[in-house]
Parts: sequence; structure tokens; C-alpha cells
Amino acid sequence: MTKKHKKILVRIIAAALMMVVLAFVDTHLWLRFALYLLPYLTVGYDILIKAAKGIYNRQPTDECFLMAVATVGAFAVGLMQSGDFNEAVFVMLFYQTGELFQSLAVNKSRRSIGALVDIRPDYANIECDGKLERVDPYDVPAGSEIVVQPGEKIPIDGTVISGISALDTSALTGESLPRDVQTGDSVTSGCISLTGVLHVRTEREFCDSTVSRILELAESAAAVKSNPERFVAKFARIYTPAVCIGALALAVLPPAVRAVMGMDGLWLDWLYRALTFLVISCPCALVIGIPLTFFAGIGGSSRAGILVKGSSYLELLSRARCVAFDKTGTLTRGEFSVQGVFPAEGVSREELLQAAAACECSSSHPIAKALIKACDTVDRRLVTDIEELGGMGITALYNGVRLASGNAKLMARLGISADNADLPGALVHVARDRAYLGYIAVSDTLKDTAAPAVQALKKVGVTRTVMLTGDRGQAAQAVAEALMIDEVHHSLLPEDKARLVSDLKSANNTVLFAGDGINDAPVLATAHIGIAMGALGSDAAIEAADVVIMDDDPLKIVKAVRISKKVMNIVRQNIVFALGIKGGCLALSALGLAGMPLAVFADVGVMVIAVLNALRALNVNRI
Amino acid sequence: MKKSYKIEVDCPNCANKMERAAAATEGVLSASVSFMTLRMTVEFAEGADEKSVMAQVAKNCKKAVSDGEIIL
Repeated sequence: MTKKHKKILVRIIAAALMMVVLAFVDTHLWLRFALYLLPYLTVGYDILIKAAKGIYNRQPTDECFLMAVATVGAFAVGLMQSGDFNEAVFVMLFYQTGELFQSLAVNKSRRSIGALVDIRPDYANIECDGKLERVDPYDVPAGSEIVVQPGEKIPIDGTVISGISALDTSALTGESLPRDVQTGDSVTSGCISLTGVLHVRTEREFCDSTVSRILELAESAAAVKSNPERFVAKFARIYTPAVCIGALALAVLPPAVRAVMGMDGLWLDWLYRALTFLVISCPCALVIGIPLTFFAGIGGSSRAGILVKGSSYLELLSRARCVAFDKTGTLTRGEFSVQGVFPAEGVSREELLQAAAACECSSSHPIAKALIKACDTVDRRLVTDIEELGGMGITALYNGVRLASGNAKLMARLGISADNADLPGALVHVARDRAYLGYIAVSDTLKDTAAPAVQALKKVGVTRTVMLTGDRGQAAQAVAEALMIDEVHHSLLPEDKARLVSDLKSANNTVLFAGDGINDAPVLATAHIGIAMGALGSDAAIEAADVVIMDDDPLKIVKAVRISKKVMNIVRQNIVFALGIKGGCLALSALGLAGMPLAVFADVGVMVIAVLNALRALNVNRI
Repeated sequence: MKKSYKIEVDCPNCANKMERAAAATEGVLSASVSFMTLRMTVEFAEGADEKSVMAQVAKNCKKAVSDGEIIL
């Protein structure tokens, strides 16, 4: 509770106490009026001042003005007819109490959402004459050595020079399993070192580090507004003046008609109804409920490691009908591994693998890496005369013996007859001294969660799944079949992918594209919603995407869609609920069935309920 | 050019009013106010001087919302 809040609370209590005392005072009308002015002014003087300022600036339709008119009007009715001033003071009292509650609730949600994305490190430790000194991370140049102690946040991106530790990356990725790091590993700012002391060489400045970029993203997230938010803002603009005009009409027309028809005008009754109208006219519940829901949804998803760049993307996500995936790095790990070893007759498995690994030992091609990883018995010093034949393979001498490893074209060129197999992925044929040794099947491996993710997407309203890949047909088909993806487009260049996505856009309602952010920035930008996966440290992806998933788990795409659906549900509930109650109360008060107490509920009570409902969007754990 | 400023404002409707006042200021291409993050994001028109435009924005916002504050 801030000072401002406490001050208001004191005023509310003081005014309430005065009202209790005044309940026992029975005196002359005008004296009572003067006495009742005391609590009224105590609790509402600032509202009156603001209302006056609004009139002065020719912007008289704010809620302060409405409250001022309603309460002054209620005093007038009291003076002229009922002699009861309780209502005027109570309306002001309830209004201020409601405002106080709203302000407290909003502050609380601001703080709790703020805490979710609070990954900002306050200091960096620099070793100086054997002592650790805390400095502002802004003042640490790239290339400095910093020390991270157990329990501290890594302030700046860098590489571990010495030390071993486990990192808690949950603030960034939502992943609860700690990640082990040791000398030579790169570490991301925002992670918490759990077990050991790390010496880190910084690679960037603080303002370019992951943590700063994410914070900037989170802070600007609210700037891109969704349709419901724009609707509410527009609605509020029309609603308040419309109700004011309605109130004026209610105060004048019916009694005038009655008077013309020769009946008693009941002017004061209608004035009272009109004032009730004014109290209901504040659009607070809507204006606070909708943006707060989106804000809570964005905060909740960031806790799950999903950064949504604006509330309009939450809205789009909830309507996703078509999902296009990049293959490598998104559905597959992007790492090749040996899937099968098929030696020729009389050749051992080990012999075949060793020959292949020897040929490929100095290559950095992903397939070569997989072969090297599969066999660790190669003595690199014995490998000589390595010759790379572009698009075919490699030949080399191992211990003086001529080896060849490559595709079928290489075998044909060497005049060796190779077996043919219909397997997904790449086949590496191996020969030794012109004799065929057999072949090895190497392919990219699927992520464990890729298939469940594709299935789950179909359950959340996605009707069409498409895979876009630069790989050749067979490998792409195999992956698509394994994952039950509807459509495959293969052998694509990045610009083809962007073109295909815009084709999908014209055929479908809402197209979501998920990629790993490498080379597909234009596609991310083309899709209605571009999701960058595993984007820690990839600047281009964070820039181009609308939604950034911090780790590389495809199930997070499903989670993002589910969160968005929950948020949109709450938004709809809040709109219907607020409009329904307000409309109902307006009708009741026009008929004279509802007095000011109900009007205050329609204003303040609905707002409180809308706020509480909105905060449900924060809870995304069990989605 | 886009820049973001911290603001102080009490009610969401007032935040919307500040947004409209800021957007209507000369030299401002678009403005967006988030009541939740208490931030105003202003996109300046080509060649506009940020300082003088923001001074005018602050003045207009003050007029629209008497207790609204932009922290420049």
C-alpha cells in the first residue's frame, strides 16, 4: 500500500465515522445539509477538483465529473424533497472505496506479473585484488571476467573460463531441470548458478545480453493491442457520453411528457433515476478487465518460457487453424546420428564404421560428425591424403590403405557396385581398396515431443499441418509420416517457404509458422504468427518472431495456443458479464426499480469481479 | 523512431485518454499507452524533434488527464 492509498483509506474511514455520528443527529434541514457536507468533502474533495479541471479543459466526460454531478444532484434531491443526504455521501464513499480496491488490485497484479519476468540482475561481481566487488552490470565491458557465486544470477552472456555448476534456467525457459555447465560452455544471462562458483568471460555488453533483450521485449509487449482492447477503448469513448445523454433525457423528457398530459411531473423522481444512470455510466470494469486479462496472460506464458510480443498475438494464437513447421531444429533435433549399419558379406560392423569414420575424420559436415561420433577407434595420425569430392564424398589413405566414403555417385565413379536401399535419410557407402564394405544409414532424429505436439495441435482446433523443409523428398516424407503431418513441401529455399506461407494465408484463416529462427526470419515475419523456437541467443529470431519459445520443445506451441484460448475465454466472459450487468442495471434504474446502491454495485462490484476473473489468466501451470 | 516512456496514471480510462491526446499531437505518428505496464510508446513522425514533441505531448496529456504524468 503506497502513501497515496493510505491517505485515501484514512479519508474513507474518517468519513464513515462521521456518517455513523450523523445518523444520531436530528436537526434542522439546512444545518443537517451543512453537517453532511463534512464527510462528503472529506472523502470526495479531490473528485470535485478533478471534475472542475475537466470542465475547464473542456473534457467533461470523465468519471470524476459523473460522480460529482450524481452526488451534487443527490444533495439537491435531498434538499428539495426527501431531506435525506445519506445517499449522496454513500455514493461518493463507495466510489472511493472501489477506486482504492481497484488501484490495490492492479498494483498487486502488476507486481506479481512483474516478479515473473523479473530476471534483471542487479549487479556483477568483479574480482579485484583478491576481493569480489559488486559493480553495475552496465559498467562491465565485453571481454571482462566476472564471478558468479552459487545462488546468483548470471548478469551478462559469456563463456565459462573455469568452474562447474548447475544452472537454473527456469526463469528463461520454464524448464525446471537444471543444466550442467563447465569450462568452455557458453552461459546465458538470467540463469541462476546453483551449485558452484563460475568464472565467466563476458561476450557482450549488458544491454545486448539476453536478459536485457527479453526485458525490453516484455516491457513493450503491451504496446501491440488486440481487437478486444481496441473495442473496449472505443466503446468506453461512446458509452460514457451516450449514458450521459440518456440521463439527461431521462431527467427531462418523461416528466415533461407527464406534465403536458396534465399529470404530476414527478420531476425529482426522474432526476433521481437520471443520477443513478450517471453512477452506472463509468466503463471501468470493461476498461480494466480486458487489458488486465491480456497482461496476465502474457505474464503467465512468460513464466512457462513463452514470450508473447503483444496481446494481439494472443488473440491470433487462439484462432490458429493452420500450422506450418520448419523441419530441421524444430521437429527434429538438427543433429544427425547413425540409424543403421549394413555391412557387406564377410565385413564386420566395426570395420565398416571405422573405415567411414577414418575418411570423414577431418570433415565438419553434420553427417561426418555423426559417423565420427559412432566410432572412436580411429587413430587420426594414420589418416593421410584426404581428398574431398564435392557432392560425392571423401577418399583417404588409412594406414596406407585406400578408403572411400560417400554416396552412390562416388561408388559409381570408382566403378564399385553398391547396394541400393530404400531408407530415409542419407546413405553413406564405404569401400576399401576397391572392395565394397557396405553402407551406413544416417539421419536426423525426431524430437521426442514432436509427434505428441502435432497430435495435440489437432485437438486445439488446428485443421491443417504442413511441413516446410529444404531437405530432399524421401527424408522429408519419412518425418511427415512418422509425425502424421498432413502436407509436406520439400527441397525449398527460404524464399520458397515465405511464398508457400503466404499461399497458406490466403487459403486459411490464421497461419502459424514455427521455426528455429535460423535462416527463416522472412518466413517468421510472413506468417500471421511467427514462432521462434530455442531462440536463446538468436537475435534475428527474437527480432522477427511474434512469439518466442525459449527452449526447443514443440509441445510449447500447443501450450501457447491453449493459454491464448484461456485468455480469450476470460476476455469474452468479462465483456459479456460487464456489459450484461451494466445494461441490466441501466434498465432497472430507468424503470425506477434500482436505486443508487445497486448502481454503485454495477460500477464498483462488477469491476472487482472482472479484475479477479482477469487474474485467473496468470495461472497457466495446468494448461 | 519509436521510444517508450514511463508514465503515472490512476485509472485505465485515463490511460486511454492520454493515448488519444498523445496520438493527436503534431509530430507523433502513433502512440500507445499500456495501463498495465504504465508505459507510453510513441512513434515519431519523420524528422520530428523528439524533445519538443514530447514536451507538447506532456502538455496535451496534462490537459486531458489532470493527474497524468509522463516521466521524461
